[in-house]
Amino acid sequence: MTAFADQLLPVELEERAPDDLSQLLTADRVADPVDASRAADAQPAARGVPPKPAEQSEQPVQLGPSTQSDRAARPDRSDSAARADQPVQRSARAGRPGRNLGDIGWRGLTLAAAVTTVLALGSVMAFLALEGAPAVAGDATDLPAQAPDIWALTWPLLFGSAWVSGLALAVAAPVGVGIALFSVLIARRRLGGWLGASIDILAAVPSVVYGLWGLTVLAPLVAPAYAWVADRLGWIPFLAGPASATGRTVLTAAMVLAVMVLPLVASLSREVIRLVPSNLIEGALALGATRWEMIRLVVLPQARSGITAGVMLALGRALGETMAVAMVLSPTPFLISFHLLRSENPGTVASFIAQNFPEAHGLETNALIWLGLVLFALTFLINSLARTLVRPKGGTT
Amino acid sequence: MSHLQLDRVSAYYGAFQAVADVSLNIEPCSITALIGPSGCGKSTLLRTINRLHETIPGARVTGDVRLNGQDVLGPGSDPVEVRSRVGMVFQRANPFPTMSISENVLAGVKLRGRRLAPKQAEQVVERSLKAANLWQETKDRLKKSGAGLSGGQQQRLCIARAIAVQPEVLLMDEPCSALDPASTAAIEELMVTLKSDYTVVVVTHNLAQAARVSDQTAFMSVDRAGQPGRLIEHGSTVSLFNAPTQTATCDYIAGKFG
Ligand SMILES: Nc1ncnc2c1ncn2[C@@H]1O[C@H](COP(=O)(O)OP(=O)(O)OP(=O)(O)O)[C@@H](O)[C@H]1O
Ligand SMILES: [Mg+2]
Repeated sequence: MTAFADQLLPVELEERAPDDLSQLLTADRVADPVDASRAADAQPAARGVPPKPAEQSEQPVQLGPSTQSDRAARPDRSDSAARADQPVQRSARAGRPGRNLGDIGWRGLTLAAAVTTVLALGSVMAFLALEGAPAVAGDATDLPAQAPDIWALTWPLLFGSAWVSGLALAVAAPVGVGIALFSVLIARRRLGGWLGASIDILAAVPSVVYGLWGLTVLAPLVAPAYAWVADRLGWIPFLAGPASATGRTVLTAAMVLAVMVLPLVASLSREVIRLVPSNLIEGALALGATRWEMIRLVVLPQARSGITAGVMLALGRALGETMAVAMVLSPTPFLISFHLLRSENPGTVASFIAQNFPEAHGLETNALIWLGLVLFALTFLINSLARTLVRPKGGTT
Repeated sequence: MSHLQLDRVSAYYGAFQAVADVSLNIEPCSITALIGPSGCGKSTLLRTINRLHETIPGARVTGDVRLNGQDVLGPGSDPVEVRSRVGMVFQRANPFPTMSISENVLAGVKLRGRRLAPKQAEQVVERSLKAANLWQETKDRLKKSGAGLSGGQQQRLCIARAIAVQPEVLLMDEPCSALDPASTAAIEELMVTLKSDYTVVVVTHNLAQAARVSDQTAFMSVDRAGQPGRLIEHGSTVSLFNAPTQTATCDYIAGKFG
């Protein structure tokens, strides 16, 4: 999960930063070597209020009318501006050596971290490629599940992963964003806080627990409903019967996944929605927008990139999820099927790997690693897609 | 253009009372300036008129606000409807950054659910931008983002956005406080021309500006921190500035405090 965060959030910060993030960033950038002497001086006074000509910069969300924080911020601004005007002598006696040592140490530390990350990623990729290659190159004997060839194994599982995760996100994304909108903009403060806290607790539940819950609670609960739906609405292609008697279908697995990734979508969306400047919200309301129109007019466009990042993160988590899916779903080998309610279901890559790895040997192991590579490629693709989506249209913020 | 009457309006932030018992009669087609020291509740009072005050958690209003005799604060009145009749310009320009200049101008019009033919929309944009004295500067870049304008231009864009829907009342909360003298002059000029169609209420710290543009002036003040702000004196701008009846007004105008 953090890996995804690392890949996605930097985009968010650099390219379409909500305003206070951009302020923080500017403050950090000022600390770069070129400007170090000026910054060293300006910063203590200007934490969070970067010494850029700030008349137009927007404050982060304020709860009160804008005038308040304006009043608060202005002395700082003029202060830092005034100091930045005469930086040279001051920084000369600002205890430079100590500061520099700290700087160098810090730089070294972050560099080391960056290098480690790249190395780790590189070694994982190398491992996947080297160990996975024999499965594709070799002749098709000894593949897991007696697959006739590697592609007959890969495609159905890849389809299963995408299908289950897609279904899960189709539920989790709108519900999660809705919860975030509600808890920030609509609910009274106490209810909003309470809602946020319970979402965060939901995020902390281990996936095995979700699997157990899906298997023992959800599946029996929905089984009669499935039968009913297949009976009445069976003419809709996805819902054709015969319905599974156990309720352990793709749809149930997708619901479990949806509940699992919901907190991710909700809490990330909540954070970016909080960052929407309140003067824009008030501007929309003052124009005569209803609450929903205000959300459509300013909140969603402003929070769009952050929400997209959250949804992609959730998609990544859903794709990689092993336990919950493995527990709920009993896959039929090599099946590609869009039916939601039947007892024959496609498997997913991640749970297939987990279920088959313990007994795998020889080429079977290579085939499973190959599947891992394919999954990795898929999530990578989704991340790249998210990056292009997150990129702003007209360079505005 | 509308007649605006405030009757014993008090505004609260939770338990804290920010404004107490303000009664004010605002004539149609006039400019009323609201002056007073910082923190005396000018913004708060202004925001009660379009019911923006109550969007703050815990905030509430008592008293009566009437727009052409119609009760604004009562349970039978819809805040969205009120806000579509009472436009507002904020201290800090807040054009919608994800929209182009013309989309910004049309934002309010679209909210009214009016389907405009492209031709009509162009006319609304041109009329509003001209009225806001911004047409010359923006006519070649209507499709560009409003965020690319200067601060003064952004403020005039916000004025254009507010008047595009032809409200009856226009509230302006220190509209020039972040602007240079040239933009300020342009906006003052604009206020005077707007007067013929709108009832304008403007909060300002600039006494010269109040004296220049307004017909009526209301002076608010607060005894000390923690006390609610009150209306001290209200009258024609000429008489309030030349012959204030209250010593507090006199002191404020003479620059003794605030
Ligand atoms: N959101 C809020 N929550 C609590 N108290 C507030 C809030 N906004 C304003 N106040 C308080 O209400 C009082 C009036 O504030 P208001 O912003 O109306 O003053 P003002 O006259 O507009 O001042 P200025 O000229 O500085 O803009 C002040 O004491 C202020 O501290
Ligand atoms: Mg104010």
